[in-house]
Amino acid sequence: MSAVIEEHHHDGHHHGPDKGIMRWVFTTNHKDIGTLYLWFSFLMFLTGGVLALGIRTELFQPGLQIIQPEIFNQLTTMHGLIMVFGAVMPAFVGLANWLIPMMIGAPDMALPRMNNYSFWILPFAFGMLLSTFFMEGGAPNYGWTFYAPLSTDYAPPSVTFFIFAVHMMGISSIMGSINVVVTILNMRAPGMTLMKMPLFVWTWFITAYLLIAVMPVLAGVVTMMLMDIHFGTAFFNAGGGGDPVLFQHVFWFFGHPEVYIMILPAFGVVSAIIPTFARKRLFGYDSMVYATASIAFLSFIVWAHHMFTVGIPLAGELYFMYATMLIAVPTGVKVFNWVATMWQGAMTFETPMLFAIAFVILFTIGGLSGLMLAIVPADFQYHDTYFVVAHFHYVLVPGSVFSIMAAVYYWIPKWTGNMYDETLGKTHFWLSFIGVNVTFFPQHFIGLAGMPRRIPDYALQFADWNMVSSCGAFLFGFSQLLFLFIVIKCIRGGKKATDQVWEGAHGLEWTIPSPAPYHTFTTPPTSMKEAHG
Amino acid sequence: MNRVMQMWQAGLSLLLCSNVALADWSALNMRQGVTEISQRVYDLHMLIFYICCAIGVLVFGVMIISMLMHRKSLGVTPATFHEDTRVEVAWTVIPIIILLVMAVPATSTLRDMYESSDSDLDIEVRGYQWKWQYTYLNEDPAEEIQFMSALKTPRNEIQNLEAKGEHYLLDVDNPLVIPINKRVRFLVTSQDTIHSFWVPDFAVKRDAIPGFIHESWAVVEEPGVYRGQCAELCGKDHGFMPIVVHAVEQADYDLWIAEKQAEAKEVFNTVGKTWSKDELMVKGEEVYLQHCAACHQPNGQGIPPAFPSLVGQGIAVGPMSGHIDILLNGQAGTAMQAFGQQLNPAEIAAVITYERNAWGNDMNDMVQPKEINTMMASE
Repeated sequence: MSAVIEEHHHDGHHHGPDKGIMRWVFTTNHKDIGTLYLWFSFLMFLTGGVLALGIRTELFQPGLQIIQPEIFNQLTTMHGLIMVFGAVMPAFVGLANWLIPMMIGAPDMALPRMNNYSFWILPFAFGMLLSTFFMEGGAPNYGWTFYAPLSTDYAPPSVTFFIFAVHMMGISSIMGSINVVVTILNMRAPGMTLMKMPLFVWTWFITAYLLIAVMPVLAGVVTMMLMDIHFGTAFFNAGGGGDPVLFQHVFWFFGHPEVYIMILPAFGVVSAIIPTFARKRLFGYDSMVYATASIAFLSFIVWAHHMFTVGIPLAGELYFMYATMLIAVPTGVKVFNWVATMWQGAMTFETPMLFAIAFVILFTIGGLSGLMLAIVPADFQYHDTYFVVAHFHYVLVPGSVFSIMAAVYYWIPKWTGNMYDETLGKTHFWLSFIGVNVTFFPQHFIGLAGMPRRIPDYALQFADWNMVSSCGAFLFGFSQLLFLFIVIKCIRGGKKATDQVWEGAHGLEWTIPSPAPYHTFTTPPTSMKEAHG
Repeated sequence: MNRVMQMWQAGLSLLLCSNVALADWSALNMRQGVTEISQRVYDLHMLIFYICCAIGVLVFGVMIISMLMHRKSLGVTPATFHEDTRVEVAWTVIPIIILLVMAVPATSTLRDMYESSDSDLDIEVRGYQWKWQYTYLNEDPAEEIQFMSALKTPRNEIQNLEAKGEHYLLDVDNPLVIPINKRVRFLVTSQDTIHSFWVPDFAVKRDAIPGFIHESWAVVEEPGVYRGQCAELCGKDHGFMPIVVHAVEQADYDLWIAEKQAEAKEVFNTVGKTWSKDELMVKGEEVYLQHCAACHQPNGQGIPPAFPSLVGQGIAVGPMSGHIDILLNGQAGTAMQAFGQQLNPAEIAAVITYERNAWGNDMNDMVQPKEINTMMASE
């Protein structure tokens, strides 16, 4: 390990970035690649957001107004796929690229060329996925969970392109994850022991293992679909000796860990931000690490809680219910730790802290509704209704997405050397906070009252709250343009950031200049005192 | 005096308002339903809900107190503690105990839902894109009652051309009829994609999976009309395949059964007679709008390529035998279903005749129910 780190460049000549577009095409620099990932994910976030606004426009009133059912199904499907695989996951990979080397005192990611490749696959994967909108028969219309046989025997011809796009995203994720694991295991500065790593590094380390374990499963399930569609197999067709429910088992064996892939790095971000603005060390660092590992382990053995209504035998239902309920314990530990970190601190409420606190509160609401969904008899009533939609949007939007925004506000002074506009940042927070709750809180009600998900039109008793929800969606959606403005404004100028940036911040990334030079830690740092709060 | 009156009125209207609000509130919660199981599910839901609320109030309460008291602007010095084994053990163990409290009633309710003793009535529920087929199983197949149940809401209401009715999207042509206080078993399966049979008032939700049969049951205690919807994405008209169940007294149920059986006999007779082309066209249009228009559209133009046009091309202007074959047996690998299992010979003959002679398809031929019947029998 140390051999790698101690190999200095003695020519005294440090390369800056190349000029022009080729800088971005050929870059192997972790900061450039992180930037590419973040901008790509923001573009996808806006694309997926436009689709979501299409959905909410149609659902503004009962009756079919502007979007016909066959298009509506394409919108819900593509919204889910783009947000999960195009917005949330690449954003976290972007943060990992920017931050992990700076946090562990490494000069770059361990495998820089692979890093370049794993990013540049993505625009092609999503270009292909989005091009299906213009194909005969339209885009994927079988839901982001693409249950067979709707996604095989009954799918539009574009399904083959969808399968290929999923394969490309999978390759990108697996390569990105291998890079994270290799970097963390081999590139830590001397003295940076595993239990001194910042929690963001820890959560990403565990996330990377989850990705390496489950992305091949996703690749497997889409390959089985491909075989069923084009090569006459019958994995998911009872008529040929297969089973449609097999699809769901394989999909959710990927899909449940995937849920944690999208939230564990968020835990890491929040665990960095709350101690900084509470000016107090993170409470229970060790238990945070163990809780993260426990959640990751449990995520592999609870998959069938997405399938309580498919007719699993009683013993199976009971097992998956108990295992799922158990996840509440380590998740609870995390929430309690964050609250205990805030307790008796000396808090200030800059934009990153606002997003982080909103994360804790709203993610907990999503966690509690998740606990309700674990209770099988009640789940028979909740399953596939808007209650589920409300639940997973609470953990994904004010969960994952808020944590990504918190991260951007928190680290952007380090990235650009400029402070963002605090007033605008707070405005963005409050608009997003109100928008998210107005959109998704009423969906709990309409779900309990019986509105199924994925329907373009609904019975009259659901009308009022759907209208409220749509208004909230527009507020939330358009507030993100303000976010774009704030980020661009910050890149172009603003109050100069100090190296320390935040009074209470700890960690190696705050020991280097702002903006972070193109190459950092070409010689490893010596003091690990600053490793984590 | 006037003032008192005003206050009285204001108070009264406030009371009325809060009543209205309360009434609305119950419409925003899970339905208590009309079976013992659905009531227990509701109670379980409320128990977990209150526990979650209590946890929420506690956690958020501490956070809010902290946010108010522990601010830098108040000049506080941050504490330095960062671990405490006793506290950490407590907030691991207490949640486990709370989970046990939830698990006990959940387990007992679930066991009772899975209890599979003999039923009084078995109904096969078969999902189709996008309607339901109900078969009242009987030891004597000749006595079996079978019918399709599809959305009755007029297209004009969906397209906002007419005011929406009270049961907008939740009304069907042929509701499922069951007797009260009898144990009714639903054997749920599907003909094409996965659907889900959901009646909230019975707390019954069971996925309809092609090639497999799963069961669920209900003992309905109150007569009434109970409405549900398909709860698994099943394609274009997933939002338009409601379920309506009429739960009636045993005597009414017997009457309904007799009526249905008489109807079946009548269908049998109509198949035997020779129909005029006009009769077939009238019947055909009715069948077409009910069963075909969702995909092929009322004007026959379809939504290519998934749902091909029937106007001036394809089966409707091809040879009669091909047209009949596709109608009876469907087209593998497409959404075109085998209508031989859904429609009676008269309906099939009528819709074929209609498709060949409507929208300018001037084939000028027709097929008799008798001929279809012979073909179906020989298959």
